[in-house]
Amino acid sequence: MIQSFAFYLFAALVIASGALTILARNPVHSVLWLILAFFNGAGLMVLIGAEFIAMLLIIVYVGAVAVLFLFVVMMLDIDFAELRASFMKNFPLGIAIALVLLAELVLGVGAYRAGAMKLGTPAGDAAPLLGESNIESIGALLYGKYLFLFESAGIILLVAMVGAIVLTHRDARAVRGQQNIARQNARNPNEATVNTRPEVGQGVQL
Amino acid sequence: MIGIEHYVVVSSILFVLGVLGIFLNRKNIIVILMAIELILLAVNLNLVAFSAFLGDLTGQVFAMFVLTVAAGEAAIGLAILVIYYRSRGTIAVDDVNRMKG
Repeated sequence: MIQSFAFYLFAALVIASGALTILARNPVHSVLWLILAFFNGAGLMVLIGAEFIAMLLIIVYVGAVAVLFLFVVMMLDIDFAELRASFMKNFPLGIAIALVLLAELVLGVGAYRAGAMKLGTPAGDAAPLLGESNIESIGALLYGKYLFLFESAGIILLVAMVGAIVLTHRDARAVRGQQNIARQNARNPNEATVNTRPEVGQGVQL
Repeated sequence: MIGIEHYVVVSSILFVLGVLGIFLNRKNIIVILMAIELILLAVNLNLVAFSAFLGDLTGQVFAMFVLTVAAGEAAIGLAILVIYYRSRGTIAVDDVNRMKG
């Protein structure tokens, strides 16, 4: 009973905040709705006993990715009203493609429920350990069977970090503007300054 | 009682919302990146749901790898966005035709 209530609450909130993420006028609001969507997605995962992935979702997404989004949205000075101009123009195409996708997914679920396809069953070597928590079971799997995949995930993160730094790094000398020494030396007082004797109250035409 | 179908329905709705978001906000690359994050959340939800209902933890391990790639993708995407803004002064991406330089 309480499981059903919690499931429907989380499911309704995750779908509503997902819709508001793509519909919000202000990207800052979009980021905040995205955070709400991730929280409720994590709630859905906790409901079926995957608490490790749920906590990871909150730590990685809300703690790092969403803050990064917020940072970039606030750092760039962008006229978002102009970017929204084509919103209604793209609406029919977007709805059409979304409906086609949804129909395909519903068809897939319907075919699964009709028993039309033979599905594989898990081999059993990745089953949750008896009497252990979700985190311990995942840890045993991650540092055992999937050790090399785990290490390569670390390498992917390292490469992404180096790439982001290389892309956005600016040399400190380039920011100050270039000093053209030849042009500086070629300058002489005769052509750089002009002597005038304006009438009183006339001012100088520059 | 809540079964696997409920989770599949929720994650497919979320996936379709993400795809719709890409089409609706064709100019605003920040919202496009957020829609991609929504799609990846839907995929993760699906992986975790099947993993839990089939009693096989591989799905949850794989969801963690998806999370890793999503974090890297967001960092690289936002870095490209920042240098694009520096050179063009806007982030309208519907007419990106000079990505070089």
